[in-house]
Parts: sequence; C-alpha cells; structure tokens
Amino acid sequence: MNAIGIISNGTAERMMPETDLAAIAALGLVKQYGRHRAVNEVDFTLGAGKTLALIGHNGAGKTTLMKLILGLIRPSAGSLNVLGVEPAAAPLEHRRRIGFLPENVAFHDELTGAQTLKFYARLKGAPLAQCDALLERVGLDFAAGRRVKTYSKGMRQRLGLAQALLGEPRLLLLDEPTTGLDPASRTEFFRIVRELSERGATVIISSHILTELEAKTDLVAIMNSGHLAAFGPLETLRRNADLPVRITIATPHGAFGILEGLSELGASARVAADGQSAEILCRPEEKMAVLARLAALDGRVADLEISRPGLDDVYRHFSPLPAGDE
Amino acid sequence: MNAILTIAGKEITDGIRNRWVLGATLLLAGLAFALTFLGSAPTGALDVKPLAVVVVSLSSLTIFLMPLIALLISYDAIVGEVERGCMLLLLTYPITKRQILIGKFIGHTAILAVATVIGYGGAGAAVAFTGGGDAESWRAFATLLLSSILLGSAFIALAYWVSASVRERSTAAGISIGLWLGFVVIYDLFLMGLLIAAKGLIGDRVFSYLLLANPADVYRLLNLTAFENVRKFSGMAGLSEQAHFAPAVLLVALLVWIAVPLALAGLRFNRSES
Repeated sequence: MNAIGIISNGTAERMMPETDLAAIAALGLVKQYGRHRAVNEVDFTLGAGKTLALIGHNGAGKTTLMKLILGLIRPSAGSLNVLGVEPAAAPLEHRRRIGFLPENVAFHDELTGAQTLKFYARLKGAPLAQCDALLERVGLDFAAGRRVKTYSKGMRQRLGLAQALLGEPRLLLLDEPTTGLDPASRTEFFRIVRELSERGATVIISSHILTELEAKTDLVAIMNSGHLAAFGPLETLRRNADLPVRITIATPHGAFGILEGLSELGASARVAADGQSAEILCRPEEKMAVLARLAALDGRVADLEISRPGLDDVYRHFSPLPAGDE
Repeated sequence: MNAILTIAGKEITDGIRNRWVLGATLLLAGLAFALTFLGSAPTGALDVKPLAVVVVSLSSLTIFLMPLIALLISYDAIVGEVERGCMLLLLTYPITKRQILIGKFIGHTAILAVATVIGYGGAGAAVAFTGGGDAESWRAFATLLLSSILLGSAFIALAYWVSASVRERSTAAGISIGLWLGFVVIYDLFLMGLLIAAKGLIGDRVFSYLLLANPADVYRLLNLTAFENVRKFSGMAGLSEQAHFAPAVLLVALLVWIAVPLALAGLRFNRSES
C-alpha cells in the first residue's frame, strides 16, 4: 500500500495537500446548515487511481461530502480541490470527467433504459455508440427497450452504474451503490469498479454494508457526525485501532484449567457455559505466543479458529453509535 | 444549446410517452370540432359557422382550458424531479440550471404548440374545406393559435416559478390550482366588484391596465377585440373602446407574462442548493 493517506481529525498538524498527485485534496472542509455542521473540519488527500471506501452511520456526512466533491454545494469554510479544480467554481467541462451514482437513483419512468442512457450520453457529450456496450456491460441489454418504470430496484441501480460510467470518468462517486443488488450482481459490480480503477480512475464508494468493501478498496475513510474519524489503508486503521485478535477454541474435554496462564500473555478468555468452547482475545503481537501455548496443550484443544478484526470492528471502534441511537 | 435541446427533446419524448401530447391534442380537437360543427345545433341546424364565430367560441374555451393544461404538465417540472431524485443526478452533468429550465420550457411549450396546432388547426381546416372565412378572419384565427400557445407558455412559466419555490410536489399542485382559479375565475369577478364598489372612481385607463395584469385577460382582449369582425360576435365592442390596446401591445404583454415568471423561476432555481 503506497497510499497517500493522512489521518487527521482536523485539529492536529495540517499537512498541505499534495495536489499534483491527488485526485482529491480537502483541507479544513466545512459544510454548515444553520447550526448543524454536516461536514466538520475534514482533511484528506486521495491519490489518483485509488479506491476509497467512505463509511459512516446515516447522517454522518457521507452524502454531503460527496455533494461537495461534485460541486453541487459550496463549502462553508476550508478548501477543496478535485482533479485540479475547485468543484463549486469549476467550468462545466470539468463535470465530464466525473461519474456519479446517487443513493436511490431515480430516472424518468416513461423513458426506456436505452433512451435514458442516450439522454445522459448526449448531456455528457459521450459517444452514443457507447450506450449499447454499457447496457450490455451492466447486464441490462435484455431490457434496453423496456420502460424504466418496469425495472426492479437492482435493474435501476445497474442503469445508474451505466450512466455513471459514460464517457470514461476520471473520478467515480458511488453513493450506496450496491443496495438492491443480488450477490451475483454485487460481484459483477465490484469487478466493473476494479476494471475502471485499473485504468486509472479514482473511485469513492460509500456504504454502510462494510464487510463487502473489505479487500475491495485501497483506503478507508470513516465519518462520524461530520468528522473524519479515520482515514487510511485498512491495515493501518486496524493497527491504530489496536483491536484484539479473537481465537475461538473447541474443547470437547472441558476448558477447565487449560486457560490459566494466558493472562500473563495479556490475553483474556471466556469459557462458554457448557465448557465445550472458549473465546480468547489477545493483542495481535501476542497471537503467536498464545497459539504456541494452546498447541502445547496436547490435544485438549480439538479445533481452533482465528478471526482478525474486520472492517466492522474497525468501524465500531472509530465510530461508536451516539448515545440514544439504536 | 445542445444541452438545452437534449432536455427539450426529453420533455417531448416524456410527453409523448405519458400521453400528455395525445390527451391534450384530442381534448382540444374534440372541443374545437364540437364548437365548430355543433355550435348552432340549438337553432336546429348542424352546419359550419363563420370562422369569426369559431374564433370567439374557441378563445372563450381556451381561456379556461389552456392555463389548466399548461399548469398540469409543468407544475412538478422542478420540485417533482428534486423530490424523486432525478435533479440531483442531472445537476452533476455538464449543464447549468438555466439550461435545464429553458430546455424544459421549450419542451413543454412544444407539447402545447403541437396540441394547439393540431387540435384547433383541424377545426380551422374543416372551416376552410367548407369554404368559409375571409382574410381578416383567417388573421384572427392565426392570432388565436399563436396567442393560445403564448397563453399556455405564460402559465408554464408561472408553474415553474411555483415549482422552483416550494419543497413538495403537493404544495406546487395546490398553488397551481390556486393560480388557475385566481387568474381565470376570480380576477375578473374581483375587477367587476371593484368597478361597482368604486362607483366610477376607477377611470378607463386604470381599468385597462388592470386587465393587462392578468395574462388571461390580455389573451381575451387580444382575441376578442383586435379584429373588427370578431368584435361583432364577441359582445366586446363596448369594452374594446375603453381598453383599446394595439394587438402588438397585447402580444408584448403576453411575452412579458412569459419572460418575467420564467426569470423569477430561474432566480429561485439558481438559489436553491441541492
């Protein structure tokens, strides 16, 4: 991972964004609605060609940040640079380089899928010949002549992806893109995104289905009430969060006695009520020592499973649910 | 320009596919034919009436119908797309809000124009086929077609202004119905009441300017008083002496009624953040 990522909460050392290499550079970015700060002192730099997962609760500021990047709204304070220009003041031409799939994308119901895509291609100045290929690419060629109002949620979403891909954008913003997609379409969806990224496009995907983004993005940004709570490669975030590794063991002959001494290694253990299994939590650097101890138990441990902290755990660490929320 | 035409083309395709074009055309054509052929039924005859009479009947009908059709096809042009989420996506494309508004306006006006020209034109053709109408009547008929489209455009522009100013479709619908009632029904009653209450204090001049303050009245003046032979049938001979504006002035007044609401709609739309 050679990502250009700066972890910051906006107060500490502010580094100048490296605009030459960066697709997006935000510095002290604020968007205020009345007394509410939807985006609060956000700093980050996203290198060109990187794929970023933007995660956070509903209302954490993900969509507002996307709208700022798109230039749909003006920042209340701070600076933002997208593909070398300030988005809210950029010439119209700039928008040709950006593809956007909004959350719950909506189209004009009376037009067919093909008509819809051609309409957007004309607006974007993309070759109309691209449309058929794109419809096939997202698996909608069979329904190209049908009205959009007959489309299922997943089909609309795929049409939305097709319009976002028009004109080979340099920057692709996907807001909750996989809602309504079945697992097969999701896999296909991420394949398309990866292809695009391989061709050098910068991609931002927002989601609250975190696990599906794991291993599919270079960088993770976690937003919490308008703040950027964490930003960087998942590995770095994991390390910074210092989350324990979870080892689950099966102990058919009872767990009694076998877990003593683990606490010396800084691990904690909890035995299941029936004594048939136990769960051990230890720091990543103690993992090997704990495993060696378990292996030395000579058959009393029948099976063992290690789970590393996933995106979900990292997310919960950086973005605890606010009190009073569900 | 390309972007404007793309938006206009989409509105027209939309209008064709959701059958607004067909519906409005059939409605106007049906009523126009009915007025043309059956207008004299009470006298026991089914024949084509003089073109001047057709112009009088059609313009009285248009005053009620055209604003209503115009408001119906355009009241949700902006707020509807914002509510459904189409607008958010559209605004990320290389197109300005002004281009979107003008494109929609051209598209919606084209829908009304097609309906009017086919619907009323059919009735006109029927009259022509049976050999009726002198040159002045035809000019009056042409003015009817043009001013009907302009009247519709004025109400499209008003609907956009409403649509760009409110947050919900239902509010826009309610205000649009209010506009229709206000301009088409209540305003004239109000003027009449004012005249009676003021007991002659309102001079002819003031009164005629008050008529200009309503696009429906401008349309009425233009079609019922501008041509001598139409005036004869319209029962507006008296009024036309009091409020005599040249047809060109009335046309300009209609254009102002299009331009001002459209500009206001543009301002409101531009100021809104998505």
